[in-house]
Amino acid sequence: MLTNEHIKQRLTEKFNDQVSSFEEPYGMLTFEAPKELNLKVLNFLYDDDELKFRFMTDLCGVHYPGNKGKELAVVYHLHNLEDNVRIRFKVFTDIEQPDIYTATGLFSTANWMERETYDFYGVNFVGHPNMKRILNVDEMDYFPMRKEFPLEDQTRIDKDDEMFGRGGREGFGTDTKEEDNRNSVTAEADKPDETGRPII
Amino acid sequence: MSEQHIKLPEGSIEKTTTTLNLGPTHPATHGVMQNILELDGERIVSTEQTIGYIHRAFEKIAERRPLYQITTLTDRMNYCSSPINNMGWHLTCEKLLGVKTPKRVDYLRVIIMELARISDHLICNSIVGVDAGAYTGFLYVMQYRELIYEIYEEVCGARLTTNMGRIGGFERNFNDIAFQKLEKFLAEYPKVLKEFENLFQRNRIFMDRTKGTGAISAERALNYGFTGPNLRAAGVDYDVRVHTPYSSYEDFDFTIPVGATGDNYDRWLVREQEMWQSLSIIEQAYHKVQEFKGAEAEVFHADVPEYYLPEKEDVYTKMEALIYHFKIVMGETEIPKGEVYQAVEGGNGELGFYLISDGGRTPYRLHFRRPCFIYYQAFEELTKGAMLSDAIMTMSSLNLIAGELDA
Repeated sequence: MLTNEHIKQRLTEKFNDQVSSFEEPYGMLTFEAPKELNLKVLNFLYDDDELKFRFMTDLCGVHYPGNKGKELAVVYHLHNLEDNVRIRFKVFTDIEQPDIYTATGLFSTANWMERETYDFYGVNFVGHPNMKRILNVDEMDYFPMRKEFPLEDQTRIDKDDEMFGRGGREGFGTDTKEEDNRNSVTAEADKPDETGRPII
Repeated sequence: MSEQHIKLPEGSIEKTTTTLNLGPTHPATHGVMQNILELDGERIVSTEQTIGYIHRAFEKIAERRPLYQITTLTDRMNYCSSPINNMGWHLTCEKLLGVKTPKRVDYLRVIIMELARISDHLICNSIVGVDAGAYTGFLYVMQYRELIYEIYEEVCGARLTTNMGRIGGFERNFNDIAFQKLEKFLAEYPKVLKEFENLFQRNRIFMDRTKGTGAISAERALNYGFTGPNLRAAGVDYDVRVHTPYSSYEDFDFTIPVGATGDNYDRWLVREQEMWQSLSIIEQAYHKVQEFKGAEAEVFHADVPEYYLPEKEDVYTKMEALIYHFKIVMGETEIPKGEVYQAVEGGNGELGFYLISDGGRTPYRLHFRRPCFIYYQAFEELTKGAMLSDAIMTMSSLNLIAGELDA
């Protein structure tokens, strides 16, 4: 039976202190390695007769803007189907030069998953056979899942999105009589009464 | 080349290939996705897939939503079996929060998830039939999907995008009509499924169309990250329900059907057999549910006041309930810090939720492992050198759901 402890031991035997941050959140062994070593670690996990992590369940990116020099993470979820053990392996990269070796040589499934990670986080997978966007349009010039692109502020008023249930901005782009009436009513309501409190 | 063919002088016609755009809105794609096929006559030389036509940025949206509002996003992934997605998401949240659900909740969930699996496989298998030119089966089984949807309706009020259940259990107990309809389904469906099977399983035309087309070896399927019926058709008995049981699947007795060749016919057979297994699981679960007596028979959710909406009556009369109600609705509950991966056996395979929480009110990062997205990349390998018409069959027997492809 393959235990987390044993996997950890095998990894440290092979890579010494280069694999680090061993954790077991909710029972899944999690560790990280320098990004230059990602293929070496994946290969070792794949080839080793005891470890046999030969199924890639998932690959995705995460952005930690506060983590200077290691802003982007690529998270691999691997599965040993024989012993039914899952592990999580992370590599971190600088956002200025987010180059990471591709795992497509080992796992065909990494192809689209890496494209997705590139599409949303801008991680450049070196050696990937077809490194281009997959879900977004090719013309997009930014990486939308990065944290510097927050979702639209629910209270923004610079566009008329009454149709989306957030109320229109006063006098936005319309000058029909009806619209004016409606706006004047709202304007009225916002005016304070004698007590100084706005009428709601 | 036979003698009947017109013989043209050597080199008088230059050999060219044809480029065919299959999709994005082609009836045979059953969803919005594009395939650019390079054809040599009717044989496929190469294909290129373009996806993302209905990409809705669920992962980004989820980063701004409290947990309970994300359930509606999961509905829209594999919309042929939304309840499985819903339950998978609730299980993920429960794992993060450390919630233990009562057995009755687990069994009710199993009933719903297996019904969803049946409706998913039913669609897939009957659509394979339609693509082979057999419309009858599709129309015949459709009324039983309707019955499944009616059961959903009794349980949660919705049919397609169900938003079913809450963190900790269900929003309300199953009513008597739901159970009556379930009994009706259990009584009538086996006969229908048998008849459906008779239409196809040993049908010469159907077998000729599906056997040996779109085949993949077990090794390649694993390398491509196949899961679910598509992997099992290739001969690997990996099923999340057995390998990492959730929602008390370990209490049920069922087998995992596996195929051998991984071709369209095997995929069809595996799905067919899985429906029988699902039926048996539902029967077992229904028996187990009926065994609960007294107060236990009324349990339909766990005690998680911070995430499970209190009774409306309590909201008006009890201070604590009012506070929880407000905090839940406004999404002001801080979720514990942590990192979880939870997988469920979806209609198409391992549906995974990777949730990172930094202790805020919304997930820091949520990633969906969508089986469809992962196995669609093998389409080129599956169809290389095949006939165009076989590619269509392969596409439908893989059960590509655009919602799950794009997320």
